[in-house]
Amino acid sequence: MTEALEIRNLHVAIEDNEILKGVDLVVKQGEIHALMGPNGTGKSTLAKALLGHPDYEITAGEILFKGENIIEMDVDERARLGMFLAFQYPVAIPGVSVANFLRTAINAHRKAADPEDKGISIPDFRTLLKAKMDLLEMDHQFAGRYLNEGFSGGEKKRAEILQLATLEPAIAILDETDSGLDIDALRIVADGVNSLAGPDLGVLIITHYQRILNYIKPDFVHIMLDGRVAESGGPDLAEHLEEHGYNWLREKQSKATAG
Amino acid sequence: MAASSDLEHLEGIDQYKYGFSDPDVSVFKTRKGLDEQVVREISQMKGEPEWMLEKRLEAYGHYVERPIPTWGPDLSSLNLDDIYYYVKPSEMESKSWDDVPESIKQTFDKLGIPEAEQKFLAGVGAQYESEMVYHSVLEHLEEQGVIFLSIEDGLRKHPDLFREYFGTIIPHTDNKFAALNSAVWSGGSFVYVPPGVKVELPLQAYFRLNVANIGQFERTLIIVDEGAQVHYVEGCTAPTYTTDSFHSGVIEIVVKKGARSRYTTIQNWSNNVYNLVTQRAMVHKNASHEWVDANIGSKVTMKYPSCYLMGEGARGEILSLAFAAEGQHQDTGGKVIHAAPNTTSKITSKSISKGSGRASYRGLLRVHENSVNSKSNVVCDALLLDERSRSDTYPYIEIDEDQVTVGHEASVSKVGEEQLFYLMSRGLSEEQAISMVVSGFIEPLVRELPMEYAVEMNRLIQLQMEGSIG
Ligand SMILES: Nc1ncnc2c1ncn2[C@@H]1O[C@H](COP(=O)(O)OP(=O)(O)OP(=O)(O)O)[C@@H](O)[C@H]1O
Ligand SMILES: [Mg+2]
Repeated sequence: MTEALEIRNLHVAIEDNEILKGVDLVVKQGEIHALMGPNGTGKSTLAKALLGHPDYEITAGEILFKGENIIEMDVDERARLGMFLAFQYPVAIPGVSVANFLRTAINAHRKAADPEDKGISIPDFRTLLKAKMDLLEMDHQFAGRYLNEGFSGGEKKRAEILQLATLEPAIAILDETDSGLDIDALRIVADGVNSLAGPDLGVLIITHYQRILNYIKPDFVHIMLDGRVAESGGPDLAEHLEEHGYNWLREKQSKATAG
Repeated sequence: MAASSDLEHLEGIDQYKYGFSDPDVSVFKTRKGLDEQVVREISQMKGEPEWMLEKRLEAYGHYVERPIPTWGPDLSSLNLDDIYYYVKPSEMESKSWDDVPESIKQTFDKLGIPEAEQKFLAGVGAQYESEMVYHSVLEHLEEQGVIFLSIEDGLRKHPDLFREYFGTIIPHTDNKFAALNSAVWSGGSFVYVPPGVKVELPLQAYFRLNVANIGQFERTLIIVDEGAQVHYVEGCTAPTYTTDSFHSGVIEIVVKKGARSRYTTIQNWSNNVYNLVTQRAMVHKNASHEWVDANIGSKVTMKYPSCYLMGEGARGEILSLAFAAEGQHQDTGGKVIHAAPNTTSKITSKSISKGSGRASYRGLLRVHENSVNSKSNVVCDALLLDERSRSDTYPYIEIDEDQVTVGHEASVSKVGEEQLFYLMSRGLSEEQAISMVVSGFIEPLVRELPMEYAVEMNRLIQLQMEGSIG
């Protein structure tokens, strides 16, 4: 069955400051959506609110995932239900290796699915991790490094996609995964995402640039302006933006509100 | 690496797994409290030579005169009159587990000691209440002249060697509790490693308190002769009682020219034990000594293992790990005295505080004049798990020589909200996420331990973490 992430009239405030002002968006498994928009319009806020960041207060609206309203769910429950966020700025966890962390995360997912589960065996885990690292053309030594500690900007982004590949969620949100990647890395990461894409994965790519969308072809493109999805369309909308910027949309909006 | 796989096994385990107690099977106890008569009785029970009794009495005199230290943790509820200073658990010490009284043997079985001995140790000593009940060392080491005995047997069988060093590294005048230990000491190990002999596997001593209101005063003397090498490990547990118990050990180590030694403590006393310990190593020319000091349990711990770098090129290192959970005060750290040229030292301290727990780092670095080209580096990191927990640092640095390099860094961090959000967004529960940050925090230190101890350490830390939320 195809599951969906449905966002309805979502209002989110940080410290009484309303950032999201009624977002509507539906992402289904098997679909690729791009979310674009000027700096500071609330794209990362949406991503974090979807995962349940404690600082982001939901003042109205609902988030439905797999038919359930997940607003009251803890962050980890949402993750185990199949949501994933590749962070714009991943934090470092000193002293915890990538491998140790991923194994714990996999086991948390497995245990949620089956309380009797004894966890993935070490050989199985090694095989899995190597395969996923090869997919992203990562040096195997990376598995022993401390999570995000001293990673270059590009390495952090690649490590996020490695986590995505290993955890196999139903819906993945990629927050500016393309920024900070060199041209080769962008292609490798995009190829990685494409190989994961399919009927079981829905993707929401937050980006500023058309570039990544040349590799990962979106089915839908949305533009966020001032805490709302102001415009939605097909891939041509992204191309239009690349050429014309956001002003036409701002004008269109102010005309709409004036009229 | 052990943290993740261990987490799953932990659910449902009591917070302090070693809190069970067994019936009191002791064959002799001194009366509660301490006076000269009790000191005489202990010495008599042990059939000691006259000079030892005199030393004890002299130390007792000093102990009585000396005030309780007030510069550190609160010791006001430690009732020194409500303690048994000597409890003899069985008639004799054995070289075979089969000869250890059954109920005591079962305790050590539960603690996994005989099993560990089979797997990865060069020798084991086990102390129950005030006496060693078991001591054994691998035959091939014995053949090479390695001595690993209870301290009492050390005195009996090697009186000259014993007398040459006993009380010379830590004189009874050092501090009040060293004086107390020097008066009533009982149990502990006597270790001698002959020149050039390298003991590859660790020698382990295990300390267990069983009855309530007991004082344990083990005394250990380790002599590592020229070019030799040894790693000594001590572990300890006790039942959880509502009344307090008291542990006050003295550990003296001599590391001769070119020798290497390491002393590891994994202190896991129950939360009703006052743990006031003095540990010191004299490190001679081109020799090195390391203290790995992990304090996880106890109510109050005061412990500052020290290295006296006496010979040119000597090296000292102290790795200190403290976990202060609800109701605990860990006042730990280390001391290094540079008393010769080209000596180097390093102190790494990591502390974790949780709930009302309080971890204090207290360190002294002293560089004497003429200790030219000496180097020292001190790093203290504290991790606070919540708003109530507390950490302090008291670093004392006294340098009387210009030509030295000294570094000092200290940091305090909290488990960050962004770290928790990140880890939880991958499916880890809040508890698992905090555990993961903690095990990462101590990883640089745990990595230094032999694998078996690293696993044990992670396990103990995870147990301490349990129930850390709400
Ligand atoms: N924790 C916070 N505290 C206060 N303000 C915040 C916080 N997080 C976000 N904001 C504010 O919310 C607004 C939206 O920020 P957000 O990060 O969602 O933007 P964005 O669309 O992702 O921008 P960019 O394209 O630059 O990444 C900004 O004005 C930002 O300053
Ligand atoms: Mg953003």
